[in-house]
Amino acid sequence: MRYIRPLSIEDAVGQLAGSAGTAAILAGGSDLLVRMKGGFVEPDLIVDIKAIEGLSEIRETADGFSIGAAVPCAVLGESAALKKAWPGVVEAAKLIGSKQVQGRCTITGNLCNASPAADSVPALVAAGARASVVGPAGRRTIPVESVPTGPGKTSLAKGEIIEAILLDKRPPRSGDAYLRFIPRTEMDIAVVSAGVNLTLDESGVVIAARVAIGAAAPTVLLVEEAAQVLIGSKLDEAALERLAKVCSGACRPIDDKRGTVEFRRKVAGVLAKRAATSAYARAGGK
Amino acid sequence: MAGVAVSTTINGDHVEYLCQPDETLLDVLRDRLGLTGAKEGCGTGDCGACSIILDDRLVCSCLVLGAEAEGRRVETIEGMAHGDKLHPLQQKFLEHAALQCGICTPGFLIAAKDLLAKNPDPTEEEIRFGLAGNLCRCTGYDKIVRAVQDAASVMKGA
Repeated sequence: MRYIRPLSIEDAVGQLAGSAGTAAILAGGSDLLVRMKGGFVEPDLIVDIKAIEGLSEIRETADGFSIGAAVPCAVLGESAALKKAWPGVVEAAKLIGSKQVQGRCTITGNLCNASPAADSVPALVAAGARASVVGPAGRRTIPVESVPTGPGKTSLAKGEIIEAILLDKRPPRSGDAYLRFIPRTEMDIAVVSAGVNLTLDESGVVIAARVAIGAAAPTVLLVEEAAQVLIGSKLDEAALERLAKVCSGACRPIDDKRGTVEFRRKVAGVLAKRAATSAYARAGGK
Repeated sequence: MAGVAVSTTINGDHVEYLCQPDETLLDVLRDRLGLTGAKEGCGTGDCGACSIILDDRLVCSCLVLGAEAEGRRVETIEGMAHGDKLHPLQQKFLEHAALQCGICTPGFLIAAKDLLAKNPDPTEEEIRFGLAGNLCRCTGYDKIVRAVQDAASVMKGA
């Protein structure tokens, strides 16, 4: 096994692309080191991306925010501007693990670990976040929902690295929220979860919406029909009931020790309603 | 496997060591440097017994590679007391009997130190949330919370 700490993204991509055996990218390590410890992965090469310039920064640009792949989730919670613009994304990122894990874990790692129950991913999908991917063929920008393709699997090719997660600048009267169900108050994995992102017009009518459900299918679900239910409404009781029904119907969950299919379906609807209500209030709706 | 040469700062001292690329910082501290205060409970970031402060961030040293400490600043439980003078948190843990077997204690002390550095006047709820990444299977947490509250009031008066 080799451990390297390249200083440029091009060098990191070159090393990954040219590696013969199993290569792993190390940012926070809160998934990778656990998998190494458990014997699930034995990388021949570990590429630590934390010394690459810019990857440990949150940048506010004319287009919005660029969150470097090595930024720990704790830092997201310390960015007042990010919290103000994207409170749902930040609250989701802050739910991952303990204080100790928060000091290391990253939203890019959470996305690339490709767990259906990843907390930050439904919030990022609802937010319409994009991933800036650098690879041997150059740079490309893709929607975050196209990164995980199934539990533990991503669409990234050999040598590709996500360098940053991009969040758009917010139109006025926008708000987002993320909620999950766990059987205790924190430090647990989502049984089911929901992220909702809304933009309202001046009279409080929803003009744009994105709804994502987590831990209810092999990948996070972007429920477009749920967005259609909300658009044009003022989030009245009837719209919320339809939202819950559509979200429950969209779920394709498994039965496991954390929850049954029936329970996950039901709770997905409840969480979608509550997250929508919170996002609506954050957008200034009454 | 070739060793990785690391130059770092631990509790204010310049330290150099060689480690294997897949060796955790916890193993380096305990097995190579003789700093056995940080404990291995789970080895997977769940129990907090190996907590250290890395560049002002509380982390589990079992989830950090030894190689990653290059050029960084590490604080462990061994750096908490000044000679024979205990840190107020250590003193209050003793006075409140906030430990039984003691395995979790170094992790709790480091996590509590980090908590009070960032929030000198935490509510009980903030203490409980702040220490949620540290597991104790003996005391039931109440005495730990009281000790941290007491230490916070002593430290504010200092």
